[in-house]
Amino acid sequence: MILAVDTSLGTAVALIDSDGTRRAEAATADPLGHAEVIGVLLAEVLAEAGPGDITHVVAGMGPGPFTGLRIGIAAARAFALGRGIPVVAVPSHLAAARTALETETGPFAIVTDARRREVAITVFDGADADGVPNILTDTVLVKAVDADAHLAGVRRIDVAALSAVDLARVGARALAAGRTLAGDEPLYMRHPDVTLPGAPKKVGS
Amino acid sequence: MSEPLVLGIETSCDETGIGIVRGRTLLSNTIASSMDEHARFGGVVPEVAARAHLEALQPSIDAALAEAGVGLDDLDAVAVTSGPGLAGALMVGVGAAKGLAVSLDKPLYAVNHLVGHIAADILTPDAEPLEYPTIALLVSGGHTSLLHVRDLTTDVELLGETMDDAAGEAFDKVARLLSLPYPGGPEIDRAAIAGDPEAIRFPRGLSRASDLAKHRYDFSFSGLKTAVARWVERFEAENPADAQLPVADVAASFREAVVDVLVTKALAACADLGVPRLLLGGGVIANRRLRDVALERAGAAGVTVRIPPLSLCTDNGAMIAALAAELIASGRRPSTLAFGADSTLPVTEIQIAEAVPA
Ligand SMILES: [Zn+2]
Repeated sequence: MILAVDTSLGTAVALIDSDGTRRAEAATADPLGHAEVIGVLLAEVLAEAGPGDITHVVAGMGPGPFTGLRIGIAAARAFALGRGIPVVAVPSHLAAARTALETETGPFAIVTDARRREVAITVFDGADADGVPNILTDTVLVKAVDADAHLAGVRRIDVAALSAVDLARVGARALAAGRTLAGDEPLYMRHPDVTLPGAPKKVGS
Repeated sequence: MSEPLVLGIETSCDETGIGIVRGRTLLSNTIASSMDEHARFGGVVPEVAARAHLEALQPSIDAALAEAGVGLDDLDAVAVTSGPGLAGALMVGVGAAKGLAVSLDKPLYAVNHLVGHIAADILTPDAEPLEYPTIALLVSGGHTSLLHVRDLTTDVELLGETMDDAAGEAFDKVARLLSLPYPGGPEIDRAAIAGDPEAIRFPRGLSRASDLAKHRYDFSFSGLKTAVARWVERFEAENPADAQLPVADVAASFREAVVDVLVTKALAACADLGVPRLLLGGGVIANRRLRDVALERAGAAGVTVRIPPLSLCTDNGAMIAALAAELIASGRRPSTLAFGADSTLPVTEIQIAEAVPA
């Protein structure tokens, strides 16, 4: 079985068989509270799936708001460490694209909230020979009000919750094809908000 | 279970701490610090710290297991800091701890960071057991707290804490005023060597009679920092441009003000509550002058001082594991999986989300 964990939007956890069959799934759409629910959702999915060896853990790498995104990656890595199995890193938008491909033909854009009045956009077109959604243009952050102009007519699919089952399926395809879809670094898309300190402020006397 | 083997995860500030203990025996105290990444910002940047935790966790767990010579399957429990601390940083540890505990199907203990600092004491090799009650003074870059510890696992009371900056933060900020690098504590110590601690009389925060009525055991360091800034500005205004700021005297006098107020209030608590024991903890305890003054004045007051090894005073996972091991030994049930990070967790909550018996 393959376990998938994603906290780039809500919190989503799923188990599939290596052939892609859904075994168990648990999720909340709440864009906050990832740390509170992640353990319960993991335990629920394990209980629902019943016995069987887990061979890989797929981690959704974002993009997503930093604080929440990291919780799922941390949990996925620790779970894998506990079982002595590898982590498969997958960009979260690929899961949404995999879901969309059930109904979409032609180019479409996955659009997710990136906070601070921005959205993250990835444009896809079909799937490649390995069955992995085909990225037409890489993920970018765009001001929410400029998103439609940016898309210039490409069909827009706004996504507020991801399917961890589809995340696991993309991971399974990547594994079968021996491909790496993401690096170790989460897709933060932004630098930490910090400014270098200037000269000490005058306090006056 | 007499000697539980526990792995503790600590990510409340800028240290990724993984500790492994067997009961009261320390097997590994592995720490990865992101301090260098914060240096150019002059203080801990929460997002930088949280990113560093995520990267450091797995290698740190691997290193701790190797050092302890145990495998994950050998563990009896996993422990994690739930708070207080930086929310985003805490959440990385909480997520990892839950993933690990569910993966291994082991009990998970969510514990209080500040009480963990007290628990560090029980890992001290060859030490007499901690006697209760004791007053505890915890001083670091993140907290300055005075506690009344009647029992490590059941009864810890907050007597006072800082109303603004933590003592360690004050060292960092004053170091910047004196153009010294980050972290400020060791730099100010070095600069103070040649200085006269009585050269400048800087204010002792919340020490006037009128303040003591309401804030007998509370601390405030922002006024002190401002006083130092004013002194430096006045010196520059009143002297020729090429005059040398007496950095050694300023550093020594500032440090003396911090140390004086910390030790005075801690010993006042000992006297008021009739507790002749004082435990020191937190990274600022590495400050030699603080330890010396505390030992000297406590000795005169008939108070015994305990100081864990400095490697256990800074934030670490061993103290978190040690606290959980004590909870287990005292028969406490594990935490449920339904807890989060609590950046302002009160010290009275020693364990978080203990399961209710079925
Ligand atoms: Zn601390």
